[in-house]
Amino acid sequence: MAMIRVLSLVLSVLSSVTLLWTQSGECNNGRRSADAVDTDFSGFSVPLEHSFEVDDVPRFRLRGALQFRGGREQGVYLSQNQLSEKDRNTLKDVAAVDGLYRIRVPRVSLQVDRQTEKQSEGYLTTFVRACSLVESHLSDVITLHTDVSGCVVGISIVTIPGSCRGIEVEDEVDLEVFNTTISVVAPVTAPVPETAPYIERMEQEMEKKGKNPQEQKSFFAKYWYLILGGAVFLMATSSAQTPPGGASEQS
Amino acid sequence: MAWLVVRLAISVSLFYTASAVFEDQVGKFDWRQQFIGKVRFALFDTHSQASKKLLVATDKNVFASLNSRTGDLFWRHVDKTGPEGHIDALLMYGQDAVVVAGNGRLLRSWETTVGGLKWETVLDTGSFQAAALVGVQDFVKYVAVLKKSAISLHDLSSGSQIWVENLPDSDTVQYQTIYSGGNGLVFVFGVVPNSHIVIVEYKIEDGEIMNKKSVEAAWMSSLESSCTVISSGILLCVDQITQSLYTLLLQSAEQTEMRQIHLQTLDLEVASGFQPVLTSTQPNPAQPPLSEFFLQLSPDHHILLQLKDGLIVPLRDFNPSYLAAFATSGERTVAAVMSPKNDTACSINLFSADTGRRHLDTTIIYHMDPNGGKPNRLYVHAFLKKDDSVGYRVMVQTEDLTLTFLQQPGRVVWMREEALADVVTMEMIDLPFTGTQAELEGEFGKKADGLLPMVLKRLSSQFILLQAWLAHLWKLFYDARKPRSSVKNEVNIDTLSRDEFNLQKMMVMVTASGKLFGIDSKSGTILWKQYLENIEPNSVFKLIVQRTTAHFPHPPQCTLLIKNKDTGLGNLYVFNPIFGKKSQISVPALPRPVLQTLLLPVIDQDYAKVLLLIDDQYKVTTFPSTKNILQQLQDTASSIFFYLVDSSQGKLSGFRLRKDLSTELIWEVVIPTEVQKIVAVKGKRANEHVHSQGRVMGDRSVLYKYLNPNLLAVITESTDTHHERSFVGIFLIDGVTGRIVHEAVQRKAKGPVHFVHSENWVVYVYWNSKFRRNEFSVLELFEGAELYNSTVFSSLDRPHPPQVLQQSYIFPAPISTLEATLTEKGITSRHLLVGLPSGNILSLPKMFLDPRRPEVVSEQSREENLIPYAPEMPIRDEWFINYNQTVSRVRGIHTAPSGLESTCLVVAYGLDIYQTRVFPSKQFDVLKDDYDYVLISSVLFGLFFATMISKRLAEVKLLNRAWR
Repeated sequence: MAMIRVLSLVLSVLSSVTLLWTQSGECNNGRRSADAVDTDFSGFSVPLEHSFEVDDVPRFRLRGALQFRGGREQGVYLSQNQLSEKDRNTLKDVAAVDGLYRIRVPRVSLQVDRQTEKQSEGYLTTFVRACSLVESHLSDVITLHTDVSGCVVGISIVTIPGSCRGIEVEDEVDLEVFNTTISVVAPVTAPVPETAPYIERMEQEMEKKGKNPQEQKSFFAKYWYLILGGAVFLMATSSAQTPPGGASEQS
Repeated sequence: MAWLVVRLAISVSLFYTASAVFEDQVGKFDWRQQFIGKVRFALFDTHSQASKKLLVATDKNVFASLNSRTGDLFWRHVDKTGPEGHIDALLMYGQDAVVVAGNGRLLRSWETTVGGLKWETVLDTGSFQAAALVGVQDFVKYVAVLKKSAISLHDLSSGSQIWVENLPDSDTVQYQTIYSGGNGLVFVFGVVPNSHIVIVEYKIEDGEIMNKKSVEAAWMSSLESSCTVISSGILLCVDQITQSLYTLLLQSAEQTEMRQIHLQTLDLEVASGFQPVLTSTQPNPAQPPLSEFFLQLSPDHHILLQLKDGLIVPLRDFNPSYLAAFATSGERTVAAVMSPKNDTACSINLFSADTGRRHLDTTIIYHMDPNGGKPNRLYVHAFLKKDDSVGYRVMVQTEDLTLTFLQQPGRVVWMREEALADVVTMEMIDLPFTGTQAELEGEFGKKADGLLPMVLKRLSSQFILLQAWLAHLWKLFYDARKPRSSVKNEVNIDTLSRDEFNLQKMMVMVTASGKLFGIDSKSGTILWKQYLENIEPNSVFKLIVQRTTAHFPHPPQCTLLIKNKDTGLGNLYVFNPIFGKKSQISVPALPRPVLQTLLLPVIDQDYAKVLLLIDDQYKVTTFPSTKNILQQLQDTASSIFFYLVDSSQGKLSGFRLRKDLSTELIWEVVIPTEVQKIVAVKGKRANEHVHSQGRVMGDRSVLYKYLNPNLLAVITESTDTHHERSFVGIFLIDGVTGRIVHEAVQRKAKGPVHFVHSENWVVYVYWNSKFRRNEFSVLELFEGAELYNSTVFSSLDRPHPPQVLQQSYIFPAPISTLEATLTEKGITSRHLLVGLPSGNILSLPKMFLDPRRPEVVSEQSREENLIPYAPEMPIRDEWFINYNQTVSRVRGIHTAPSGLESTCLVVAYGLDIYQTRVFPSKQFDVLKDDYDYVLISSVLFGLFFATMISKRLAEVKLLNRAWR
């Protein structure tokens, strides 16, 4: 289903922007780096379908093909068709009745080695208001979200700007070509409590404190006057008390 | 590590000062109620006449002693939950109570006066069957425990094992009961279903098998339910199919088969489909049981029979009778029987066991609660009066888990609502205005009809107010003359009214048994209760407040979505939360299972919010469904979205309402179940207010919060549970567009995950399987330095993804539940309320869970009052809001705003219920209790007079100067 290579033949316009995987060092979609070297760059493509109908019953048609490039330098390209005259008019009509513009992709795994294993059926769908698509002159941002294992779990589409102000789009040319930004987003790894830097910092502060000469004095050096004073006081009191005791013993 | 903690404490104390309760505030605005659960065993202490102890063991694995005069707890031991702490048997002799717990794993002896553990013995493994006290020569010395394949005898005073013997042929014979009549022998009864009974005799001294015989009994399937031992060693069994009683002399060598006695010969018949029940009594374990016994023939028919010279003689027939029980005091054994009197009351009478004669003047009238369930257990406490007649008290347990303790002639001594030990969900409802307040309110609501009537109306309402005020003054004066102790603030359902600051509310609690309660939050008094029959216990309930108290004269309205026991379908129960009365409004029938409910802010003419119920075919039912509502729904249908979660397929889907109340699927997110499963989905609370849109930073710029009211927090757990590979996933999904706003993975983490989703943050707790500790993590979402659209938030028009900040901390304690405080306007800073398994509730300032806590302190972070990052979360004793009032097995915390911005009402529920108020930013809008009114007023008056005098003096001076 996903292997629609014929698609590349019918491509008329290639308006795509590549974004690399937004991934941090540790997280690599559950794929071991060793595998990445082994797997071929070959890549694959899946159809991106859209639907916009005045009666709001979804009838999906091909919009373009998402081409995933495997290998170390992972990325996604979108090659898509131009909107026909009929489509443009339909889209404008749908926008006028505040209908929805829906897109869908099949559920796929982006890991090439898993491609052959199993095809999970079903689609991931999302929508945007048709009017905002028209008013933004078909400039949209499509994001594919994957889970840790590299399986696509969700798709989202937004237009920039996203509002519907009721501006008439006169120029037919504005509705011919999609200006799409497409990206694949993998989950970010949530931070864990950072104990090591904290302890390091504490140790540094302790060291700083340790260098302070005032802190390094010994117990006696610090309190010699108190000890001396206490000793003198004790001697004074004991010498004052002993005579009566001694006297009574003598008598 | 100590220096680290000290350092931390110092840095913390710079920013935060304690907010604990003072000693004189204890019990002022908080209360706790302790519960035990459904009683499985109850024994009265008959050791001495004056004893007030009642020992109970419950299905919540609680072993407790109640004061039989007041119903209060003397002491309570809460064991582990689940089968590990399950109490199998409770036996009592003298001052000792012997408990077998954990499917025969532990044998414990408790001292009953203070509840101290005397000894504990770990028993061999094997599933528990029965336990009995064993006496020798009129003195109880041992306790015998029967397991599936072994019997052991233990010394009662020390717990040491005297002997343990394997049971013969335990793989084929099911040994079920045990009996000892004080003659130096222990009998063990086993059965091979539908074949024969096996009786093994053990010698008490050394466990030697004295005799073993098997008796033909082809009709028998289970011993436990159909057999008992009566008289001096006669096994008595009953069978429904053959309609017969069977007797067997235990110690006779010649009797090899059971003697059959047809019930017909006694003119008796067992009701069809009813398993007859035999009840005998053995007042002293060291002596054989009595020869009298009860036979229950149908749910409401008991008969007292006697075995005399090998013949069974009916002593008395109790038809109809619900419950019957024996009780012994001294040498006299009596039987108490509960019979229906009329529709609302039952009468309990006492009969002497040996003759069946009724004791005079022993009737207790038990009034059944019309909103409660039927009685199902009867426990009798008999005692000898001064004139040597037998007196008694009874404890009745009903289906709805109410324990009622009665004494003659029907006075209710105390009552316990044990259904409250298992609260499922709750809401707090504002109390209504008083009549006078409502009168004033009503004036504004009505249409103006001319100047003069308005003036008159105003005058009349002012006059009513004056009247009320005078009455109040009079009451104050009247109360002041009475001694202090006699003035009681009795809470009554008729006098309920909102207080000045709306601090007193009605707590509507839904319990697992299907009983609803209305509890006054100030005192904890139960004001109304309602038992819903035909409810599947422990199913999911959904409580929805459709109309609050604010819409006088319309009464407030709550709707409970319940599951019917028989049909398994949803059902709506609509009631008034203040008075607990069922509403007369007709509710829509729900022919299909309900998947999701949705409360819309759309209101009809009588101010009830609209409830949408989505069934499994994605059809929408509205309640109420008036024309007005349907019209409004048609107008707004295109902006009504809802989501469904199917965790078995890992599917989240979004739907939009159509004008004809059908729905259309608009988005779908599928999280593959092979890798991770959805464990929880939470949106934000509908009644939450956020006061400030952003945070002022150290450099005076503003960081705007991403306040998406449609945001859902979805928590997943990995299917792989290996400690290196397991993870917890967090998805933040927009509920309208299905857009995944943020997706994070907490590696090497495990559930159970507790989390709170509020404002622009999510806090979750997980178990770090690598370091083996609990950790907190906080996610905050910001729009950035500029707002995309500052006036209104629309999920459809917010193209830029938010900035996400996250930080994690170590939490040095396990966690049971998590909730955030909630206040009226959201100005007060937030605290997290953490329920700990130790029973404490920790109020943790949200300030500590702030992903912007800096690693290194800078001028700007100091300006912003950010606490420097420390990996360990502190726990300070003064943060425990419930000081020593621990809440056992806390399962949920409910927070509700009060009329005071500073104050949040908190109810923690589990086995116990605890209600209190918290002040996360201290009581900034309330004068302190010890505020010095005298000083401030004297200063004011002093200044006033000083100005007067100085003014006068100045005038005189001016006049004098003018004359000069």
